[in-house]
Amino acid sequence: MRLLNRHPDRSTRLMLVVLPFALLLCAYLFGSAQRLAENPRDKLLPSAGQMGEAIKQVAFTEDKRSGAYVLWQDTASSVTRLASGLAISAVAGLFLGILAGALPLAGASLSPLMVVLSMVPPLALLPILFIVFGLGELSKVMLIVIGITPILARDLEQRAREIPAELRIKALTLGASTWTYILRVVLPQLAPRLLISLRLVLGSAWLFLIAAEAIASEDGLGYRIFLVRRYLAMDMILPYVAWITLLAWLTDWTLKQLTQRAFPWYEGGRP
Amino acid sequence: MSYIEVRNVWQQYGEHLVLEGLNLKIAEGEFCTMVGASGCGKSTFLRLLLGQERPSRGEILLGGQPLVAEPDPSRGVVFQRYSVFPHLNVLDNVALGLELPHAPLLGRLLGQRKRAAREHAAALLSRVGLGHALNKYPAQLSGGMQQRLAIAQALVMKPKVLLLDEPFGALDPGIRKDMHALLLELWQETRLTVFMVTHDLTEGFSLGTRLLVFDKVRVDPHAPYAYGSRVTYDLPLNSARQPAPAGRILQPQPGN
Repeated sequence: MRLLNRHPDRSTRLMLVVLPFALLLCAYLFGSAQRLAENPRDKLLPSAGQMGEAIKQVAFTEDKRSGAYVLWQDTASSVTRLASGLAISAVAGLFLGILAGALPLAGASLSPLMVVLSMVPPLALLPILFIVFGLGELSKVMLIVIGITPILARDLEQRAREIPAELRIKALTLGASTWTYILRVVLPQLAPRLLISLRLVLGSAWLFLIAAEAIASEDGLGYRIFLVRRYLAMDMILPYVAWITLLAWLTDWTLKQLTQRAFPWYEGGRP
Repeated sequence: MSYIEVRNVWQQYGEHLVLEGLNLKIAEGEFCTMVGASGCGKSTFLRLLLGQERPSRGEILLGGQPLVAEPDPSRGVVFQRYSVFPHLNVLDNVALGLELPHAPLLGRLLGQRKRAAREHAAALLSRVGLGHALNKYPAQLSGGMQQRLAIAQALVMKPKVLLLDEPFGALDPGIRKDMHALLLELWQETRLTVFMVTHDLTEGFSLGTRLLVFDKVRVDPHAPYAYGSRVTYDLPLNSARQPAPAGRILQPQPGN
């Protein structure tokens, strides 16, 4: 049988999913053991035990100075910033996307503007954000908003344009006004697409968050990584990176589940 | 008395002349089927009737008044595809037409009025044979059932004119026959004025009370777009067919 036509069955699929992760883990543990055997004070590839010790220190031991549990406090700060950024971007992106995609008059000025603005590298604007909004929470959230809103808006604009003309005409013959057409046809059709777009920009959102935290912050996951970098504390950096990855993956998975549950008609209407 | 009057209508896109000098008088309750080769302008004419496009020259009168130049509830439409809203279930697809005109702010009715709209929609849906599928999404319906839904959706508005753009073009022959029967029944109950574009000549002859054939009278082989189509044949058909007494569900109700 041609390779093209061969599909994995259930157990093979599971194995194929786990395999690359297992290989990566093995490669790391092997490399780590080798380096530590050569030099027990090596900091580059800490062993699982060393990392476990570091996790215990930050996650389950009170910080002597502040009395807080560092990992959880960092997580709470970062997730709050990320969630605020994503929420503001979602609303702004939806608003701009619908405006530009559904109303030709608005689109005529908005579309070219959004194309140009989306080319501005958000990180290049970070100094301006710090100057304008100060070093507090606002500038970090704003970096996420500025970074991902144009992407969301342009994607949703495109989706709004793709709504067939037949549906617009049908809505008008059913007595829709511009407003009720947007409310009952465009908005519900774009809602699942918004969730999908959010999944796609999740990586960028984390990137902007960590960049902002690395430069000016007093807590947060990005802040912590860049802080302990000074001591070459790989035993802490690696678990932090894994934790961030896990959080991002969980958000992605949640959004995916939400899309399927909340919009069963999307992607072929499941019963 | 003519209900729809087409006065010297021309339609042109740039250099491309599609319709030339169209003059028609159509009585209320007429079932006009429109046939012709691809690109002969029959769908263009339907778009003009719908208000999706304005004629380059001439005018169309509906009940003595110039046609509103954008789609509105006075004209119902069924397309070959994309006629129903994929994000609404069958019931809400029809109820939408009862909600939109009465809810300018929210686009939806609430409480008692919503229930009434849904009951009305459900009654109409069982009339077109979709009573068992009220909670399904269009993607779960077959092509024929989707078109039944689209027809119900158009009829719930009690339009003056029903426009059908190859509504059964994508259906297989057996289903198509059922749809013809349904459409004729509904037409006889509602006494609507119907315009239907079709590629199927048999369909055109068997359904209509009037058949309009669109074709080019003049052709210049060196400039294929220089001349437009006219109505070359205008045949009265099925004159024995009388509208039946209006049915209960589709009868215009006072206050609606």
